[in-house]
Amino acid sequence: MTPLIFITVILLVIMGTAVVLTREPLEQAIVAGIYGMLLSVLFLALQAPDVALSETVVGAVLFPLMIVLALAKVKGKGAQ
Amino acid sequence: MSPRLRQVLFWGSAAVVFVVVTIGLVDLPALGQYRGPYGDIINHVALPERHTPQSVAAVTFDYRGFDTLGEEHILLAAVAGVVLLLRPQRSERQRPPRDEASDRPLLRTDDLLRGFGAVLFGGTLLVGAYIVLHGHLTPGGGFQGGVLLASAFFYVYLCSEYQAFHELAPTRVFELLESLGAGGFPLVGLAGLVAGAAFLQNFLPLGHVKSFFSTGTILLLNVLVGAEVWAGVILILSEFFHQTLEIRGTNQ
Repeated sequence: MTPLIFITVILLVIMGTAVVLTREPLEQAIVAGIYGMLLSVLFLALQAPDVALSETVVGAVLFPLMIVLALAKVKGKGAQ
Repeated sequence: MSPRLRQVLFWGSAAVVFVVVTIGLVDLPALGQYRGPYGDIINHVALPERHTPQSVAAVTFDYRGFDTLGEEHILLAAVAGVVLLLRPQRSERQRPPRDEASDRPLLRTDDLLRGFGAVLFGGTLLVGAYIVLHGHLTPGGGFQGGVLLASAFFYVYLCSEYQAFHELAPTRVFELLESLGAGGFPLVGLAGLVAGAAFLQNFLPLGHVKSFFSTGTILLLNVLVGAEVWAGVILILSEFFHQTLEIRGTNQ
């Protein structure tokens, strides 16, 4: 196990816990995005650059965006 | 359920999960140690049989091509589900997207940001197309490349406006692309049957090893999956944008 993999796995455990412990949906979307970025670093360290690229896009861009859009819609409804 | 009962239930099941997972993990091979025979066999037969140095592509698009067919249609079902759920409801009406807070001074998008967006758009499209088209030779393929192709369009929204994204990614075109990718995969499989091979078995000529046209159906299936994933992600995104920015409840 290279030091990079070891450090990334430890950080992932911490970030994963942080995602669960964040209760506010908007904040959780951002924390989950950081978790996705970290996960892509792990994929890069495990020599899967293409999977790392997709994970960056899905985990750090698309997934938080969908949550934010859904929140915008739900909050708009609540304001009527 | 009382909070106390919930706590007992949680800690009880957490203890069970912890014990089971620990028992399962103790016997795992170390990181990078591979025990099974399957991967070694594939590594030996993939190059002579399928002319591809990329064993993963040989597994996903040939040896286990049927599984990938299912996987591709799971995505299709997910996209169809999102489109169905996010369609305008009876209590909602559509109106053109406009600035909600018209009393606030309009912030003009900086030219630097627009230029950066254009560079990102072109660059990401290029990388995405490369990863789709070379999935049979180097790591990558339709799934990874398709997601990248879709993200290029998302950068347009980030660095410009919703309108630009809307015009650049017309729903009708991407719906066509989605059906082409989802329908083309089983058609390639059926073409194998017509040519006298098994379902999803290669029936195209295999060229020189490591040249672009060297793996028969793997390249074709990669392109189809790439189109399907690309269109799928774009359609999900535009449905979310549509629902958030254009559709409002009738009394809103």
